[in-house]
Order: sequence, then C-alpha cells, then structure tokens
Amino acid sequence: MAPLVKVEGLRVTARDERGRNSVIVKDVSFEVQPGEVVALIGESGSGKTTIALSLMGYARSGARIAGGSITFDGRNVLGMRQRELSSLRGRDIAYVPQSAAASFNPARPLLKQVIESSQLHRVMSQAEAEAKAVSLFHELVLPNPERVGERFPHQVSGGQLQRLLAAMALVTDPKLVIFDEPTTALDVTTQIEVLRVFKKAIKERVTTAVYVSHDLAVVAQLADRIIVLRDGAIREVDTTARILTEPKNEYTKSLLAAAEPLERTATINALQATSAPPVLEVKSVLAGYGAVDREGIPALPVLRDVSLTIKSGTTLGVIGESGCGKSTLARVIAGLLPAARGEIMLNGVKLPLSAAERTRDQLRRVQIVFQTADTALNPARPIGRILGRPLEFYHGISGDKQRRRVAELLDMVRLPAIMADRYPNELSGGQKQRVNLARALAAEPSLMLCDEVTSALDTVVVAAILDLLAELQRELGVAYLFISHDLSTVKAVCDEVMILYAGQMMEHGSRSALRQRPLHPYSNLLISSVPELRQGWLDGINETVLKEASAGVARPARGETCSFFERCSVRIPGCCDVEPTPFRQLSKGARIRCQRTEEELMQPTVR
Amino acid sequence: MSVDQTITAVEAQAPPRHRVRLPLAGMIGAAIVAFWVVVAIIGPYIAPHDVGALVDDGFGPLRWGQPLGSDYLGRDVLSRILVGARYSIGVAAAATFLAILMGGTLGMLAAVSRGLVDMMLSRFFDGLISIPSKMSALIVVAALGSSIPVLIVTIAVIFTPGAFRIWRALAVNVNALDFVEVARARGEGTGYLIREEILPNIAGPVLTDFGLRFVFAVLLLSSLSFLGLGVQPPNADWGSLVRENMNGLAEAAAAVIVPALAIAILTIGVNLLIDNLPGRGSSAGEH
Repeated sequence: MAPLVKVEGLRVTARDERGRNSVIVKDVSFEVQPGEVVALIGESGSGKTTIALSLMGYARSGARIAGGSITFDGRNVLGMRQRELSSLRGRDIAYVPQSAAASFNPARPLLKQVIESSQLHRVMSQAEAEAKAVSLFHELVLPNPERVGERFPHQVSGGQLQRLLAAMALVTDPKLVIFDEPTTALDVTTQIEVLRVFKKAIKERVTTAVYVSHDLAVVAQLADRIIVLRDGAIREVDTTARILTEPKNEYTKSLLAAAEPLERTATINALQATSAPPVLEVKSVLAGYGAVDREGIPALPVLRDVSLTIKSGTTLGVIGESGCGKSTLARVIAGLLPAARGEIMLNGVKLPLSAAERTRDQLRRVQIVFQTADTALNPARPIGRILGRPLEFYHGISGDKQRRRVAELLDMVRLPAIMADRYPNELSGGQKQRVNLARALAAEPSLMLCDEVTSALDTVVVAAILDLLAELQRELGVAYLFISHDLSTVKAVCDEVMILYAGQMMEHGSRSALRQRPLHPYSNLLISSVPELRQGWLDGINETVLKEASAGVARPARGETCSFFERCSVRIPGCCDVEPTPFRQLSKGARIRCQRTEEELMQPTVR
Repeated sequence: MSVDQTITAVEAQAPPRHRVRLPLAGMIGAAIVAFWVVVAIIGPYIAPHDVGALVDDGFGPLRWGQPLGSDYLGRDVLSRILVGARYSIGVAAAATFLAILMGGTLGMLAAVSRGLVDMMLSRFFDGLISIPSKMSALIVVAALGSSIPVLIVTIAVIFTPGAFRIWRALAVNVNALDFVEVARARGEGTGYLIREEILPNIAGPVLTDFGLRFVFAVLLLSSLSFLGLGVQPPNADWGSLVRENMNGLAEAAAAVIVPALAIAILTIGVNLLIDNLPGRGSSAGEH
C-alpha cells in the first residue's frame, strides 16, 4: 500500500533576529501509512512541531522550507500554490493545536466554530455539518452533546475544549490529523479522559494521525510507531513496543531514563524527631483574592484552612491541579499575599503575615523561586548584578568581595563564572533556572519556596535540576517547599507530600505513605491518572477512576465541607456536602481530610 | 552536514558584546538632532539680519541677501528660522522632558504602589485630562503673562497626564512579572523597584513616547503662538512662521515651506534617533 504521507530529505531553515540563518530541521525522511498513528517525540527545539506543520506546507514566520519533498496522498505538497494548500488544510489535513483556549474565538458559539472548516470547504450543508458535529460530541463523550455547541468557549472546561478542538478537526473526515501536544496543557486527571476519547476516535475511524508530544508515556498509549527527534534530526524510528523495551539510540535511552526520575533517598536523619522547632509552621491559613468582607475574609478564598510543617533540611512537596492554590500558598508564606487568617511561624517565631512588616533577616530566611525563569530574571540586568543584589541587600557584600561570591554561587549551580557578564536572554531555559536558584541561595535562606521550578523545562534538564536541588540540600541543609503538579517529580525529591485540592489539604504524609493504601479518594485519582510508561496502560485503567475524572471541574465547596464532593466516587450525599470534613490520622502515618473512616476506605467496593 | 556545523560554530562564538554602535538610521537621526541643537545655540549669532528688521517688501523674492525671501512684513525668513530654532526646540524639549519627568515618575509610582496611591493619582490625572488643553493654557498664560518659563511649565502640565497614563500602563505590565515579585519578596523599597526593575524594562516604548510627545509640543507651541500667547513678536517659533506666512504660499512659497520642512526634519531626526537608540531591542521587545 502506498504511504499516505511521504517525507524525503525535509530541510527547514529559520532566520533569527540578527538575520542569521540556521537549520532547524535537517534531512528528515519518514513515511506514514494509512491508518497508522505516528508519534514525533522530542524536547523543545527538536523540530517536532516544525515538521508537523510542514506536512501542511506551512512554515511559521521566520522559518522556511528549504529543501526536500513532501508527498501527501500522491500529491506534492511543497509544489502546491497557495489556493491548493488552502483547500488541503482543514479538509484533508486537520490540525489539533496545543492550547485549546487560545484556538477558539471567544466571541462565537462553539458549534459555529466546530463546523467552520466544513462550511469553508463546502464539504456539506450546514444542517448536515451540525448533525455531524453533534454525533462527534457524542463520540467524544462531551456532556450534554446536543446543547454544548450553543455555549461559548469560556463556559466549558479545558478538557472539554480540547475535545471540541478534536471534533473541529474531525468534522470534515480528514485523511490525516495532526495532534500537536493536545494534552500538555491539561491536568493529569483531565488528560486521562481526553486521551481515552482521542484513542477511541482514532481507532474507530481508522484515522491516520501524526501525534506530536514530548511525553513518552502519553505517546506510548496511542502511537503505532515513534520517531525520536533531537536538534531537528531523526535519532531513532521504531515501533512503540521496540522503542520502549529495546531502544538502540543513546538519546532515546536517556529520554526513557528521564521519564522516570530516580527517587532520591530521604534525608533520614533530618526526618527524625528533634527538639528544635520546625523551620516553617503554617497554621490554618485562609487566603484569597478580591474585596474583603467585614470579618476580613476575601471574596474569592483560594486557600482554606491549610496547615503544614517543614522540618529543617527536609523537603515538603505540595501537589495539586492548576487552580488548587499551590502557588498562592507560596505567595502567602513569602508574604506577597498576606493571609486573611492563620499563623506562619519561622523557627518557632511568629512571622508578620505581610512581607512589608517583616524584618530583613526574616525576609532573608525565606526565599521564593518562581516557575518561569524567563520572567523571573530582570532582562535588563546582567547575571552578575542580579546575583549581586541579594548579597548587597542582606549581607552588605559589595565590590570585589561581591564579585568573588557571585562566582562561587555560579559554581554552586554548575555555571561558569563568565556567565556573570551575560544577560538573561542569552541563557537557555535550564541555565536561567540555575541562576534563579543561585539568587535564592545568595540570601543563605533556611527555606526555599520552589514554585513549579521544573515545569517549564525538558525532562533531561529537569533531572539535572532535581539533582542539583538534592545536592544543595545535603550541603547547605536548606529546607524546600516544593510545589508541582507532577507527581513523579514530587515523589522523586520530597520527604513528605501534601495534596491540595481546590484550596483544601486532602492528604499530608510521608512519601512512602503515598504508596500505601488506604489513600484519600482524590490522592487515589491523582496517582492512578499519571500515565505509565508502558503500552496498554490507558486501556487497563479502572472504570471508577475514569468516572471520577470526567465528572468535571474543581469547585471550592462552601464553608468547611469537602471540595472534592462532586467528583468523589465514595461520597456520602447528605453528609460530605453538609458537614465539616474532619481530619483523620491513618495508621500508615498520614493525615487525610475525609468523612470516610480508614476501614471504609480500605474496602474494595469503596476504593 | 558541514553547513550545519559551521552554523553551530558561528552561534557558539557569537560574542555577548552589547550594542556598541548605532545603526545607520540612528546615526542619521543623531546627525539631524545635533545639527538643530547647534543651530538653536548659535542661531542668533549667524543670522544675517535682525529678526525684526524690515529688509524688503512683503513676500519678497529669493535673492542673494535673503536666500529664502522675506515674510509678509518683509523680514528675512532665513534669519527668523535660525532664531526660531531656539524657541521651537528649546521650549518643546524642555516642556516634554518636564512632562515626562513628572508624569513618568508618578506613573511608575502608581504602578508599583498599587491600591490607594494608584487610585488617587489615576483619578487626579483623569480629572486633569478632562480640561481642554488649549483653554487651560490660555487661562494660565493670560493670568501670568507670556514668558518662556511660563510656556514651558504650561505645556509640561498639559502633557503630564498623557505621559502618566502611558508610563503607568507600561509599568503595570512589568510590575506583574516574577522578577519584580522576587524583588518585593526580598524586601526592596519602592524607589529600588522603580529604578532597577521597572525603568530599564520600559525604556524602549517610553522613549518612543518621548519622540511623539515632543512633536506634539512643537505643534502646541505654534498654535499658542498663533493665538498670540506663545513666543512673543518679533521673535517667532517655526510653527508661527508657517502660520503667519500662510497667505503668501503662492507668492513666496519658501517662507511657508522651509519652516514646515524644518519641523518635519527635526521630527524625523528625533524619532530616527530614538527608535534606534542602543539597548532598546533587549529590553523592550522581550515581553
């Protein structure tokens, strides 16, 4: 059978701001057979999206397809005129982009947008297209498929929007669908349902698809074949099973290794109970945004009754989905968002809630490190000055002494001393994150608040940063509050883990306790939603897990009741949604917030 | 493959050296601005005639003694342009600078302080902006009499709310970025935040704003002069030269066109220079 897509010697060049040309895709050749799902996998900058876009004869601005040939369905794509390309795109080749929220026009109802391509290409009448769209909504398990098309993009959740994008792509029955990281922006519990309906849709209609992703575990569930890319060149092409079990290329091996980070040994001696007060103690903090009422409670409470302790030299992981209040927690502890209620104790001493009222020494002891290194460094100042400022501010170090200390700090985060003269935009993402860490270290803090410090980085770089964090902790005895949405990262570095859902603490226990049952129902959902690096994981998931996952969005409950009520598989109507949820101490050593007793949670039916 | 390697090699050795030279357009702009600044300083000394002296009939032709002809009263146009440079450039530049100093500083202060301070400053300037600018200028000049310092301050006050708005809007964007949060968490004061974190990162767009506002100031000055409230006769700025000779466009075109050209060339020069100032790309284009 003739391949549907045949790419030969594809070469794409890009011109940067200074007018220099560089080759971003180098002599790439591959084929896609009809009915096959091929994954393009690689880190950022590997050229995976560029290749996927060039299949439609498209190059992003600044980039140019410089050579090679692309044959789609027997036609030469690169030789086509603009009009021919337009008739190809959206009709024969459909594209599902990463960010669903940015891909919909917020001012038009969804159904109109979903059938737009069918109307543009005059494939079918409007009524037919609408019927087709509704049947697709059924197939993609959208809630209320008959009516969902009347809604506007902001009225549906992120996972639903992503499925609507897929419906938009499938409405013209394209011969090829390109998925460009369609689940990367989603939470794990949402990702799982989207992946499942995608897989079902692809398999049922025997769609040919190109799936672009950086996540091997996700790709393993969908793809027949995997193409591993690095620096714009193909490193390895093989069936999914062979790539996962017997990779030949060194780079593929390192990707596989990085996908499952090594668990670092817990800092055992530090964990043992000492008489010294914990470095940080947060007691029933309430915080949020918006106008405050007469009792000082903000209109939009984000954190409700959150307590935690961090012992000196240990790491507490905070995990939860987007919007659960993890970053707000870091901002509250740093004093950037003063809590409305509650107490924050540092080394047993009560801290003022607002950073403006804290002493310089108190400020020095708690340092915050932000997620996006791109915006966390002042682009108009050289690295040396960025690192020098905390030295001068907290320790009064200036001049030659400061320069020496900056070099030491750079060395501490494994960067060469000449970096001091560079500006942030000359550094790579991983390097910026190291500078970010070095700036926090310059203050010699006893606690660092790491807010998703690894989320924007590639897997291989993440592993290096995690190693660095662990090493710094061993050497300097600094404690971390490590915030992440990624369970495997948290499991890799943290001694203790706290699970946050819609501003409420759901489970708080040691890392090993996360592996023992019973778990809080939400912890259970979260843990079973993380894709595993083996084929067939998606098909083997417990049905109850999926039922919970698809139940909808996190909505903070009123008062002291459980926020997870709506999605919980073991909820007790009339109890969970009415009465304040108690904390329970489990025999495995963790604390959970649940109405169910330990025995009830252990029962298989409940689980 | 060899091509790729050369490219990587070139990238690797790309020096981190920072913006030493102005691009050509910037050099041209700088040359124009420098030329006019020199004219503004030495203008009165190199002018062939006195600005008030009647050397010819009204709208006289171009001749050796008066290379640009004479104006509606018969005064030498070249001399009037040379002397007028001082008023047009001097008053407009000083007023714009003052406006940006006041509006810009308060704008950044409002953005960094947020809350009540921001609210009060913003509403105050909203109120100020609602007063028609020429009317308020008229009242001020009528009350205090027309002199160069009064003109400068009046024009500056008129332009301050606009500058405040732009600076505040730009600063609010930068203020929301993480590195400002980091500095705030470190305990830095408002002055440091404005000086080190905000200002360098809004310099680019803010300089463009300066260029635009400067041109408006030249125009406002000329309209004030037209009303008789600006630069007092026999001196004149370029804007009023254009206006007072408007009727003679058919007979003595140079008397109208040359001052207008002077305004245009100065404007283009200022904007060429500002758009190509070093450091703009690195700080402004990023976000």
